[in-house]
Amino acid sequence: METLGHLAHGFSVAFTPVNLLWCLLGTTLGTAIGVLPGLGPALTIALLLPITYQVAPEASFILFAGIYYGAMYGGSTTSILLNTPGESATIVTALEGNRMARSGRGGAALATSAIGSFVAGTIGTMGVAFLAPVVVKFALAFGPAEYFSLMVLAFITVSAVLGSSSVRGLTSLFAGFVIGMIGVDLQTGQPRFTFGMTELLDGVDVIIAAVGLFAVGETLYMASRRYAGKDEIVPLKGSLYMTAAEWGRSWKPWLRGAAIGFPIGAMPAGGAEIPTFLSYAIEKKLSKHKEEFGTVGAIEGVAGPEAANNASAAGVLVPMLTLGLPTSATAAIMLSAFQSYGINPGPLLLTTQGDLVWGLIASLFIANVILVILNLPLIGLWVRLLKIPAPQLYAGILVFATVGTYGISQSPIDLVILYLLGAAGFLMRRFDFPTAPVIIGMILGPLAETQFRRAMTISNGDWSVFYTHKLSLTLLTLAFIGLAGPHIWAFIEHRRRRGPEHVPGDA
Amino acid sequence: MLNRRRFLMSTAAVGAGLMTSHLSPAFAEGAPQIQLFVPAAPGGGWDQTARTIDQVLRSEKLISGSQITNVGGAGGTVGLPQFISQWNGKGNSLMVAGMVMVGAIIANKAANNLTQVTPIARLTGEFEALVVPAESPFKTAADFVAALKADPTKVPVAGGSAGGSDHILFGLIAKTVGVPATNLSYVPFAGGGEALSALLGNQVAAGISGFGEFSEQVKAGALRLLAISADKRQDGIDAPTLKEAGIDVELFNWRGVFAPPGISDADKAAMVKMIETMAKSDAWTTECKNRNWTPILLTGDDYAKFLTEDTARITAILKDLGLA
Repeated sequence: METLGHLAHGFSVAFTPVNLLWCLLGTTLGTAIGVLPGLGPALTIALLLPITYQVAPEASFILFAGIYYGAMYGGSTTSILLNTPGESATIVTALEGNRMARSGRGGAALATSAIGSFVAGTIGTMGVAFLAPVVVKFALAFGPAEYFSLMVLAFITVSAVLGSSSVRGLTSLFAGFVIGMIGVDLQTGQPRFTFGMTELLDGVDVIIAAVGLFAVGETLYMASRRYAGKDEIVPLKGSLYMTAAEWGRSWKPWLRGAAIGFPIGAMPAGGAEIPTFLSYAIEKKLSKHKEEFGTVGAIEGVAGPEAANNASAAGVLVPMLTLGLPTSATAAIMLSAFQSYGINPGPLLLTTQGDLVWGLIASLFIANVILVILNLPLIGLWVRLLKIPAPQLYAGILVFATVGTYGISQSPIDLVILYLLGAAGFLMRRFDFPTAPVIIGMILGPLAETQFRRAMTISNGDWSVFYTHKLSLTLLTLAFIGLAGPHIWAFIEHRRRRGPEHVPGDA
Repeated sequence: MLNRRRFLMSTAAVGAGLMTSHLSPAFAEGAPQIQLFVPAAPGGGWDQTARTIDQVLRSEKLISGSQITNVGGAGGTVGLPQFISQWNGKGNSLMVAGMVMVGAIIANKAANNLTQVTPIARLTGEFEALVVPAESPFKTAADFVAALKADPTKVPVAGGSAGGSDHILFGLIAKTVGVPATNLSYVPFAGGGEALSALLGNQVAAGISGFGEFSEQVKAGALRLLAISADKRQDGIDAPTLKEAGIDVELFNWRGVFAPPGISDADKAAMVKMIETMAKSDAWTTECKNRNWTPILLTGDDYAKFLTEDTARITAILKDLGLA
């Protein structure tokens, strides 16, 4: 109950009119930068760091927290409406969200993502307030071996996005691995696949790849089909917001997404992308409307991943506030803001700076409420975007994608990569190769490789680390069940129907 | 609580910040405008150094305004060629760089290097720390060295990216105590936070990184500090230097400023003078203290000489580590 007292005190810090204004400013700004593909919360907060010289610490952290949460909300809007993910955590949202938008349910997709973000963000923030010390212990138990096993589990999600042909899907996945490997290898410092170009040493930004493959590729494809009269966008069908049936299909994915996102977000190398992949795969498995996935768009495939990414955003704050560990770019920059106030973030932060930390947590709750109030009425406005005639809309998407990409690092090379990948996306679409596995390969491939090699370095080449560590073994077992389970189940069903006398290979 | 005036001021500051601080109100007539070039993305060490320089120069009225340009990537080797070619001869410009760039230039076999720009001043340094988890059997740096000598493959050490300052220090330590650098088990992590969590989770035997990365964990008793790489004992830090612990290595992950090539001697002298004045101001001292930066000012030709020596030392160790 001590926590409740702290939290109440936190609200008294956050609920002053000035701090509420900071929160409103932060959330609005955050939503805006979330919408733009190039600007992320880390960059925005970095650019705003000089205000720490001017305002009180509480006010600037409330502003930063608002930006951080706001960006998570805003990122989904362009994913859904324009197939142009603003943040890497909303790439999965584009898969079903954009299908829904095309079939007239864009309003519902935006609503489920806003309300799901609110629900999961609130659950996640409660997790930060009440469970932080427990969760952080669990998160620290994850070493390279466990992370690798988690990646193996995440690879199963690929099967959920493979599309009709596994050969085509796997081809895309491996193309993603290759793109993901471009750049300096972290373990040895050697460049790979850079062809002597300095600009490629840092690799290809996953946002650029997603925008290129999804948005630019799609635009080129649409342009090529202009007179075929296919794939018309339906701006709105039925009610603007969610119907009762859609509510019914959304709430469970929200809760499941929050349950997946928060703990993985709290892990130092968990990130926001993996929980969205896992959530998508689970929702696709559990959904009663599997036929809607990849066709008209299934609302579960938006609700789950959106909840997961917001809960993971809250999870990232757990190691930051309890241990002073920055586990994402945004957290690292927020910590450097602590330093410019002469506050040293570390394990003692919670005891020495209680006011500040609890004020920050309280403002996260408030930011969530402000964001849902801010975003729901905007849906009507956003959906109107889809009423723009196709040529103008697609031209707009192209401009938006180009400007956003240039904004990431002001590098012309990035634009070349964007359009090369756009052309690749067009060809893939034309010849029916799914594009999502490329992105998943780009994100998971290098992560899995790094963690695998770290685990092997630490164990001095001993493979047993993957199955002697309990957590790692559990994750690998789960992965095995996820992969082989359906086949074994189908096999048993098959045998039961055909009778016991048939043995495999006998038919 | 903020009063109304301070609130309005800070709102204005937010507005200015939104325009990515490119606006430069000329409030001190006569003082020059300067351009700061950061070959890294906003938020990192060089960027913070640049923004602190900007802040202090303005508050000391040494400049009337400034513009900061970030061109990030590959340890600064993406930005450096731009600074050399496009900023050539601009006497009012400074680039922030440091030891990491020296290492990156060697490891990436970059076409350009720091001999092509004009060294102005070395400003700050961060000494490194050798730490172990609280449960570790290593009580002193000597214990660590003994284990390293017995079998270096059994002593995984976490730190920053391969070929960075942490890896370089590990290589130097090994070389000094006579352990072949190629046998070392170094586990690179992308950011300080990740390396720290590997230490707190007892995944690795030891960690090497900037002292600031570890200081709070050491204070809280979660990590044990074995030694620091500074030149002498530091106030308030209860650990020997590597030299005192019998390992003859000293290392500062230094940061400094450079002017573009082709500037006039007068411009260079003026720039050195301005940076010297800034580095001696109270505002700069306070900032350094808050950020755990050790002021290690060295200007002009002395700085150029130091740069040559440090480049030679880093080249040698990166060769031993198989990275150059």
